Amino acid sequence: MTNTMKEKILSIIPTATFTEEKGLLTVSVPPASFHELALRLKNDKDLQFDYLVCMTGMDWGETLGVMYLLRSTTLKHEIALRLETPDREHPELPSVSDIWATANVNEREVFGFFGIRFINHPDMRRLFLRNDWVGYPFRKDYNADPEINPVRLESETNEDAVPTYEMTSTGKVQELEHTVFEDDEYVVNIGPQHPATHGVLRFRVSLEGEIVKKVDVNCGYIHRGIEKMCESLTYPQTLALTDRLDYLSAHMNRHALCMCIEDALGIEVPERVKYIRTIMDELTRISSHILFYSTFCMDLGGLTAFLYGFRDREKILDMLEETCGGRLIQNYNCIGGVMADIHPNLVKRIKDFIKYLPPMLEEYHGLFTGNIIAQQRMKGIGILSKADAISYGVTGPSGRGSGWACDVRKIHPYGVYDKVDFNEVLYTEGDTFSRYMVRMDEIVESLHILEQLVDNIPAGDYAVKTKPIIKLPEGQYFKSVEAARGEFGVFIESHGDKYPYRVKFRSPGLPLVAVVDLLASHNKIADLIAIGGSLDYVVPDIDR
Amino acid sequence: MNSVQRYFSSFFKGLGSLLKGMRITFIEFFTKKITEKYPENRATLKISDRFRGELIMLHNENNEHHCVACGICEMNCPNDTIHVEFDMVTTEDGKKKKVLRRYIYDHGSCLYCQLCVRACPHHAIDFIPTFEHAVFTREKLIEQLNKPGSKLAGSDVKA
Amino acid sequence: MFDFKVVTEWIDEGLRNLLPASLVNITECVLIGICLLVAYALFALALIYAERKVCAAFQCRLGPNRVGPWGTIQVVCDMIKMLIKEIIEIKHVDRYLFNLAPYIVIISSLLAFSCIPFAKGLEILDFNVGIFFLIAVSSIGIVGILLAGWASNNKYSLIGAMRSGAQMISYELSIGLSMLTMVVLAGSMQLSTIVESQADGWFIFKGHIPAFIAFVVYLIAGTAETNRGPFDLPEAESELTAGYHTEYSGMHFGFFYVAEFVNMFIVAAVATTIFWGGWMPLHIPGWDSFNAIMDYIPSLIWFLGKSAVMVFIIMWFKWTFPRLRIDQLLRLEWKYLLPINLCNLLLMVVVVAFNLHF
Repeated sequence: MTNTMKEKILSIIPTATFTEEKGLLTVSVPPASFHELALRLKNDKDLQFDYLVCMTGMDWGETLGVMYLLRSTTLKHEIALRLETPDREHPELPSVSDIWATANVNEREVFGFFGIRFINHPDMRRLFLRNDWVGYPFRKDYNADPEINPVRLESETNEDAVPTYEMTSTGKVQELEHTVFEDDEYVVNIGPQHPATHGVLRFRVSLEGEIVKKVDVNCGYIHRGIEKMCESLTYPQTLALTDRLDYLSAHMNRHALCMCIEDALGIEVPERVKYIRTIMDELTRISSHILFYSTFCMDLGGLTAFLYGFRDREKILDMLEETCGGRLIQNYNCIGGVMADIHPNLVKRIKDFIKYLPPMLEEYHGLFTGNIIAQQRMKGIGILSKADAISYGVTGPSGRGSGWACDVRKIHPYGVYDKVDFNEVLYTEGDTFSRYMVRMDEIVESLHILEQLVDNIPAGDYAVKTKPIIKLPEGQYFKSVEAARGEFGVFIESHGDKYPYRVKFRSPGLPLVAVVDLLASHNKIADLIAIGGSLDYVVPDIDR
Repeated sequence: MNSVQRYFSSFFKGLGSLLKGMRITFIEFFTKKITEKYPENRATLKISDRFRGELIMLHNENNEHHCVACGICEMNCPNDTIHVEFDMVTTEDGKKKKVLRRYIYDHGSCLYCQLCVRACPHHAIDFIPTFEHAVFTREKLIEQLNKPGSKLAGSDVKA
Repeated sequence: MFDFKVVTEWIDEGLRNLLPASLVNITECVLIGICLLVAYALFALALIYAERKVCAAFQCRLGPNRVGPWGTIQVVCDMIKMLIKEIIEIKHVDRYLFNLAPYIVIISSLLAFSCIPFAKGLEILDFNVGIFFLIAVSSIGIVGILLAGWASNNKYSLIGAMRSGAQMISYELSIGLSMLTMVVLAGSMQLSTIVESQADGWFIFKGHIPAFIAFVVYLIAGTAETNRGPFDLPEAESELTAGYHTEYSGMHFGFFYVAEFVNMFIVAAVATTIFWGGWMPLHIPGWDSFNAIMDYIPSLIWFLGKSAVMVFIIMWFKWTFPRLRIDQLLRLEWKYLLPINLCNLLLMVVVVAFNLHF
């Protein structure tokens, strides 16, 4: 497979060079021919790389660059692209936001952190940082002196015109202005402090009466630089931060990082650990989906349903507390296994819970799903087509609501997902209702998975011994899991130290907010809230 | 005719779904409430033993602990929560040895990640499931974990 | 049955013996005003407490239970808090209208409140076009809400006020028509006469099918009229944070808040008056001893009991249903409630004309 791919790419770009590691082909190409290659990779019928999984800005010291991980949703193969530029003063690389829509926000993120300008990108603003930020914090030579970037107390102005950099026909780069909002538009701020944004996320919404014309997402209000922090922490220490990304799928996030490190070290975890991790993943998923139900109903004004969800979620949190020692920040996975063996009560409690939940789900459906008001507010609203879902990288239940079979548990089974029988819930309508129903059905599927696992946990160790100081062999590693709201990936570049050289978390949340504009335009304000609720983003996951 | 039928059927279906929801909330109106009456239920409140509420240093009944002031916990902490202050003491046989003076734990910056407890070679520290930690200033969260007058178990060097 | 006229006439006579006639009128007006305001505040407190407890029970919670026995003092504490809170002066608002708006809302609600016949002989405003007056004053409230939204100089408030305007204008029709249906049956617009004519049977039984339809329509429209869930679009907290009263603080916010609760009671009380016999006890023809026992229960208890049930139903709506979207809201009114109401009015006219009622 890789050989035909190589030939194909060489026929497009003869100067391309290849490296291969663990079956993943990495192609590096000169920036000038990159856009051409990207276009062909997506459109060639033998390649069909239609899904940009992860885009990572890199500072390799001499050069700055970007790593792309591409996957084909039809042919199921993957490829990595490496793009670099030696110019550290004015690094400029071609944008691929016209090929994969998800690159739009990711390129803005890379621009803010590495200062790489993407040519022909429509909106070259910093995604997370303030406009007056000095320097590029993710570069290795960044000066973190608080004198340079003090805590600024004055509020940031929002320019309605933003810069873009376009290549002219003569090959020169030209700075142009791109207008986000016209002067006479009625722009309303929704957030950063707003009941419906589920955290400190800010939408600038242009309205025409009740109709939403355009949504401009402003992120970064809770950006903590976790990826940068990881670069100065040892591998076991980085684990503590993953729980604080998407705190509702804390367990899955940590699972991904542990797997990535174990994979790099070549550690094979015991079967018991895999079972425990899978069970905990599914418990976390159920709790997250119940929370989704609660908050979604609250967004639509059904406050009673909100508390019913919390009532049942409490049962899961109690279980997690008993075994993991934490409720929200469970801190249970560790490199080579889990922190402690499962609590003796856990199996019984899970069995009780499997019996307890279905009648409650009936109640949820009776109270909210079947309700005529709720139905009319969900059906046919905010339709996301399958092609858009893939292009924007909208994974997880939101993607599956559009009919895209993107479940990582099925594509790259990890844990014991290859041994259990479960359905990948798919709806094809792509509207708010189908996104909602995917999650409700996934609760049932998760219960089904738990049912199969809970009695069959094999005996064995709950962790394998690891060295006191963990050093990953040199190389790049990527591993992803199916978190509650989509594909959560971890990319690590190691230079052989006990600290990672670069860690990137592929958050499922960022594509979800990126797609809000597409879905909410030409709908009503109330629909914007419903669409946001149905996408179910978690803000610390977007901002990282 | 079709649209007329649809008009009425949608009306009554909608009405039915509303009544169904009202029935559910009405049943819930009379079911037992789930509110936990904290702090009245303090005596019966069950917190899992594994719950990580706060870090403590284990002391036995003779006011002795097991900390040899090696500093591994301090090194493992991702958030600079622990500071081990020690004295260098020369023992009778001429060897230099660390003796714990103060074990400082900043509860306010603890991530409860358990790396210190797992790394400790002597099991000198552990988490306990207490949870009522609210205080008025951050300074009060900085605690000394070794009790005054305590010493290393099996040694006669006073800290 | 105890007639409150005895009390009021006794006070009146006492005053007349003490004071000249012109002063008597003024004193009585002041006294009634004070009584009305006190009753208004007490009703608001009771309703806020009831709302919290009922809402909690629907949601598997206990509700306020810390301050006082079963949390009864909680509401009083909240009221005191609201009273002593600073009313924040906001820059760039139209200060006159901004400060005027809450008073318009509360005055409209107070006037409507004073129309209600609470018990036998306990009615403040009672004249031959009582229902007409009630509808008229209760719709002044919308002016206050529109002013609040406009004067706040806040985009959320403005959207909230506009929604509120659209909603009120639409649902006023349904309220008016369903009341008109009952006026056809009663043959009078005077509230006391309406109650008196239900002595031999409440209108909901007398008017059977059209009365029941009118009742359901009235309850839905009334809920919408008071801006309560599921029709709370003007203040939809998940969309517009607090809608038209986003910028209000202290007691000015308190006025909106209190008016909302008392308006809910007014809707319930009017429903009681025109459908469920007002303060009339339950009489079943032929069961004389039963009727006599029913007569022993004071009329005020009858009235408050019936209103409490109505209030409970309105709360039940709010704590069960998700919020409607603006187009759904308007569709419900113009496509369903209005045609139903018009047909129902015709039906009632037929029933009355051919004497088909009981």
